[in-house]
Amino acid sequence: MSEDSWKLGDRSFRSRIIVGTGKYASLDETRAAIAASGAEIVTVALRRIDLSSKAPTVLDAIDRKKYVLLPNTAGCYTADEAVRTLHLARELGMDELVKLEVIGDPKTLFPDNTATVEAARRLVKEGFKVLPYCSDDLITCKRLEEAGCLAVMPLAAPIGSGLGIRNPHNIRLILENVGVPVIVDAGVGTASDAALAMELGCTAVLMNTGIAGAKKPVLMAEAMRLACDAGRKAYLAGRMPKRDYANASSPTAGLIE
Amino acid sequence: MVINGETRTVVQGTTVAALLVELGLGDRRVAVERNREVVPRAQHASTELANGDHLELVTFVGGG
Repeated sequence: MSEDSWKLGDRSFRSRIIVGTGKYASLDETRAAIAASGAEIVTVALRRIDLSSKAPTVLDAIDRKKYVLLPNTAGCYTADEAVRTLHLARELGMDELVKLEVIGDPKTLFPDNTATVEAARRLVKEGFKVLPYCSDDLITCKRLEEAGCLAVMPLAAPIGSGLGIRNPHNIRLILENVGVPVIVDAGVGTASDAALAMELGCTAVLMNTGIAGAKKPVLMAEAMRLACDAGRKAYLAGRMPKRDYANASSPTAGLIE
Repeated sequence: MVINGETRTVVQGTTVAALLVELGLGDRRVAVERNREVVPRAQHASTELANGDHLELVTFVGGG
């Protein structure tokens, strides 16, 4: 397999893991985890600047020549707030791609899909290249695709929960019925979760807490990279059919008597 | 004037660019919103601030 790349609009990527930059113990750990994950795209959030501190910020940990910045709208509960946030992100200089999330509830952090579709329509009209976080719901994904989003990003499980892919069947239905890349976003807790997403045929996986929340985040970042690669290769290889009963691997003829 | 939710005294007529320098943010990557309207970087030097202004000064932070 020489080149197994994928595209977002006119940009081509090889890595199938997108990583967040939140919750790390230090910027050094952030930097090391990003590198170990093999990611080419990293997410960042937008917040008020700390007027009392001159400490380095997350931007100091991200080499802009190597990584595409993906600003998110985390913490936004309305389409207006999300659009406003991304206007500011655009002013900060970024790479056109944005991760849209409009949250509907603070306890589950489940997305407000209706508001997400509305915000996506507005942002696409303004020229943003929108990657929306959404429920693992086919109809929402179809609406987001119709709105002009470059990909859809259904959740595996609640943000930061590490519960893994709760409904692989829904993810499969989305994969079979939308034409844009499907990126599983949120809920991936360990390597097998990432591998499952890729085995299902997802284009990529986006994660933050799954890495940053591990006891050894840099080691987990590497595990996630390998899992994405393994899952992708298994998907391309085409798994064997499942059977209810055994099927001997060794010849049944020529047994000694 | 209110900057990031805190009341501050700024001399009338101070430009956005001058304020950023005054706050020690001259060389930082900061996006500025004045009364909920983005002030593009190219207009920082020509945009004068008034007493009742509400400013948001934001930047990127770690996040998923």
